Amino acid sequence: MHAEPEITPDLIAAHGLKPDEYDRILQIIGRAPTFTELGIFSAMWNEHCSYKSSKKWLRTLHTTGPQVICGPGENAGVVDIGDGQAVIFKMESHNHPSYIEPHQGAATGLGGILRDVFTMGARPIAAMNALSFGEPGHPKTAHLVKGVVEGIGSYGNCFGVPNVGGEVRFHRAYNGNCLVNAFAAGLADTDAIFYSAASGVNMPVVYLGARTGRDGVGGATMASAEFDDTIGEKRPTVQVGDPFTEKRLLEACLELMASGAVISIQDMGAAGLTCSAVEMGDKGGLGIRLNLDRVPQRETGMTAYEMMLSESQERMLMVLRPEKEDEARAIFDKWDLDFAVIGETIPEDRFVILHGNQVKADLPLSQLSSQAPEYDRPWVETPPAAPLGAVPAITPIAALRALIGSPSHAHKGWVWEQYDHMVMGDTVRAPGLGAGVVRVHGSGKALAFTSDVTPRYVRANPHEGGKQAVAEAWRNLVATGARPLAATDNLNFGNPEKPEIMGQLVGAIRGIGEACRALDFPIVSGNVSLYNETDGQPILPTPTIGGVGLLATLDDMIAGLPQAGDLAVVLGVTRGHLGQSALLAEAWGIEAGDAPPVDLAAERAHGEFVLAHRGHLRAATDLSDGGLALAAFELAEAAGIGVDLEPADIATLFGEDQARYLLAVAPGALHGLTSAAATAGVALTVVGRFGGDRVALGGDSAPLSELSALYRTAFAAAVG
Amino acid sequence: MKAAVITFPGSNCDRDLAVAFAAAGARVARVWHKDAALPPGTDVVGIPGGFSFGDYLRCGAIAARSPIARAVIDHARRGGYVLGVCNGFQVLTETGLLPGVLMRNAGLRFVCRMLDLRVETTDSAFTGGYAPGQVVTIPVAHHDGNYTADADTLARLRDQDRIAFRYVQNPNGAMDDIAGILSENRRVLGMMPHPERVIDPAQGGTDGSVLFRHLLGQLATA
Repeated sequence: MHAEPEITPDLIAAHGLKPDEYDRILQIIGRAPTFTELGIFSAMWNEHCSYKSSKKWLRTLHTTGPQVICGPGENAGVVDIGDGQAVIFKMESHNHPSYIEPHQGAATGLGGILRDVFTMGARPIAAMNALSFGEPGHPKTAHLVKGVVEGIGSYGNCFGVPNVGGEVRFHRAYNGNCLVNAFAAGLADTDAIFYSAASGVNMPVVYLGARTGRDGVGGATMASAEFDDTIGEKRPTVQVGDPFTEKRLLEACLELMASGAVISIQDMGAAGLTCSAVEMGDKGGLGIRLNLDRVPQRETGMTAYEMMLSESQERMLMVLRPEKEDEARAIFDKWDLDFAVIGETIPEDRFVILHGNQVKADLPLSQLSSQAPEYDRPWVETPPAAPLGAVPAITPIAALRALIGSPSHAHKGWVWEQYDHMVMGDTVRAPGLGAGVVRVHGSGKALAFTSDVTPRYVRANPHEGGKQAVAEAWRNLVATGARPLAATDNLNFGNPEKPEIMGQLVGAIRGIGEACRALDFPIVSGNVSLYNETDGQPILPTPTIGGVGLLATLDDMIAGLPQAGDLAVVLGVTRGHLGQSALLAEAWGIEAGDAPPVDLAAERAHGEFVLAHRGHLRAATDLSDGGLALAAFELAEAAGIGVDLEPADIATLFGEDQARYLLAVAPGALHGLTSAAATAGVALTVVGRFGGDRVALGGDSAPLSELSALYRTAFAAAVG
Repeated sequence: MKAAVITFPGSNCDRDLAVAFAAAGARVARVWHKDAALPPGTDVVGIPGGFSFGDYLRCGAIAARSPIARAVIDHARRGGYVLGVCNGFQVLTETGLLPGVLMRNAGLRFVCRMLDLRVETTDSAFTGGYAPGQVVTIPVAHHDGNYTADADTLARLRDQDRIAFRYVQNPNGAMDDIAGILSENRRVLGMMPHPERVIDPAQGGTDGSVLFRHLLGQLATA
């Protein structure tokens, strides 16, 4: 047994603890901590686990509604979908690990979010990934794209969950800090949902799954610090994933839950054994005693410190009904997974760690989370953006080429064809065009999934940008015919100790909260990733919104593509807002002007109109970055037909006004729709017609085949 | 008609395959890899897609040496029917019930997409429901689907009319565009594409259901 190192100011700083935070530890325990205890505090009190900079603002979010069974605070949010069933979902970042080691970082990001879902008793039925990379020409970008996509694919494909959507964007602000936000959703019965709160004294605490190694030791602390040029040295803190073990763990856990053996269960994610044990004890008002000699280990000579901070993957912690131990053990034997009773619940409010007949830690358990520091960090309002100046001249088709030839707006088949998007046999709308849709197996229902944010908007105007991310997710769900149910937020920002970054976070959360309230679209789970900076350069503020919607019957789905002769109809008001638009950014590298304002009443009215008339629409898509021209091109291209739009001016074609949809309407259905719009008081404008083999924008045109070739090769040409 | 669908650790299309057999009218038994025998009266064995044993060692290699594999081999040698899809095809080549091997895709990337196959023979209980030369749309989803065999084997497959499906556009570098092959007695089919994923219009097609329905029809009248 090695002697534990002495606690020095350097050691404290290396654990990411500030001097005043260390003083707080001394106050709580009345003595100097042991090395293992210092590690436990650092794991519990880092930004990633404690939300110490964001908690104050997260509390202001809209998180309730009649459909919400469980909001933020558990492993994932739980939302009622009728018939005694619930959808359980969350989105979480794995940004820093993915930058250091893209394949494993992204793979274990997906693995972690899948466990968050199945630890609650839900079988995962859909995944998405929102990815932000640096400039295509940056020396690291292609390597990161390849590694991240392969990592997500290798994990999700083997695990067997369909990947039905997501986003991929490129911007120089992510050159030194890519973002990998993984979403997973699962299905459970409302009377068989499992929570993390332990109950009962002297109940066995059981370790399940893969063995513990030294991988990921200190990962959560690493995720809560800025990067500098020493990141290469941080590679050993990245975890290594094994989707084969995860798949077996899923099946074993679902069998275990069905057997009635589980009192409570919690996956070991960030800060592994420490966070999961404290969470279970804290929520149940109990103490926990663990004997680390009984932890299944895959390396020899591991210390208590290493075991408590290891982030080895594919592990769970459970409080077991003791009379069911044999049955539970047999299930894990069947799946060839480790099952070990490593401790018990205790009545005293203590977190006691034994190793080699020594007490390595003895801490007041509830204070590890309840006494975690919480900051009201100073922040400054983002100054209003300067008005957009004159925009350079460009012809419509050249503008369209600039967009579809850029990897951010090109066809993303290169990415999603590497993901199995059809496994489980219930995918009814594949990735590529708006939200993905998956059937609720064995029922007539289906769920729609989308992930959205426009970081340029958030930087220019955090409040409107936050609103816009929610509104776009809501629109993407509506455009499939689904009734939006609830959302998860994954807030990626820079260093919150800088008031201007904190101002972005505050502004975005306020905007998200306002939009969620106005649209009845509560946030039920989420994750905050701060310190996304390299050498002091922050990322674009990127609050990704993952949205989930319900189709009560598949007949409600607006599934189709436009057919030749269909009218192209815009629902909503077009003013031609070009500030912060995709066109300016891609054609000239101009990122100026304000974000488009979001009228939430109009969002609501237009969304309700689409849902009310979904049976009369051949196709629908939301209008977002790239505006009318890009949306019309994407719909037409997917259908393999041309489109002829009447407007000729760039602002009308490429402006990014919100609360708009593009609808494909059969000529015979137009009259009814127009009178319904008049009655509802919503603006409906016929802007052109689908058909032919050319894409025409106000008279300027090009063959569809030529544009399609550009659209479908641009991504691989840039980074493939 | 009774179908047995095998589950190995890491199988992830076992439910999908069971659903497809059931939709075609079969009674379906789910069979665990540690079982040493198939359920009595099994007419057809389904070996599903997925990543049996995590694709460790070689795709399908460990599954081919599991207790149930011995029973499947015996079933096939007695003239029983076997359908192996994707990882199931890999398992069948590893058991020796089908010749050749599935190598890593030529593009080195996982490929999941709908694609067109040409039905190359209708002389089997699996493919008899299609028209000769019919082009059908059935998706692939694999990392190791590059069918490879020596020249003699390929010649034999061609001469004996045992190539069941060819890719219209080859996604993985497979020799002779081979997507699926039959055993010599035409009762074992291995194919990389997933017919169980296109059995319902909502999935984007129904070309796969023809295979299951025809197989069941043949077995019911046999």
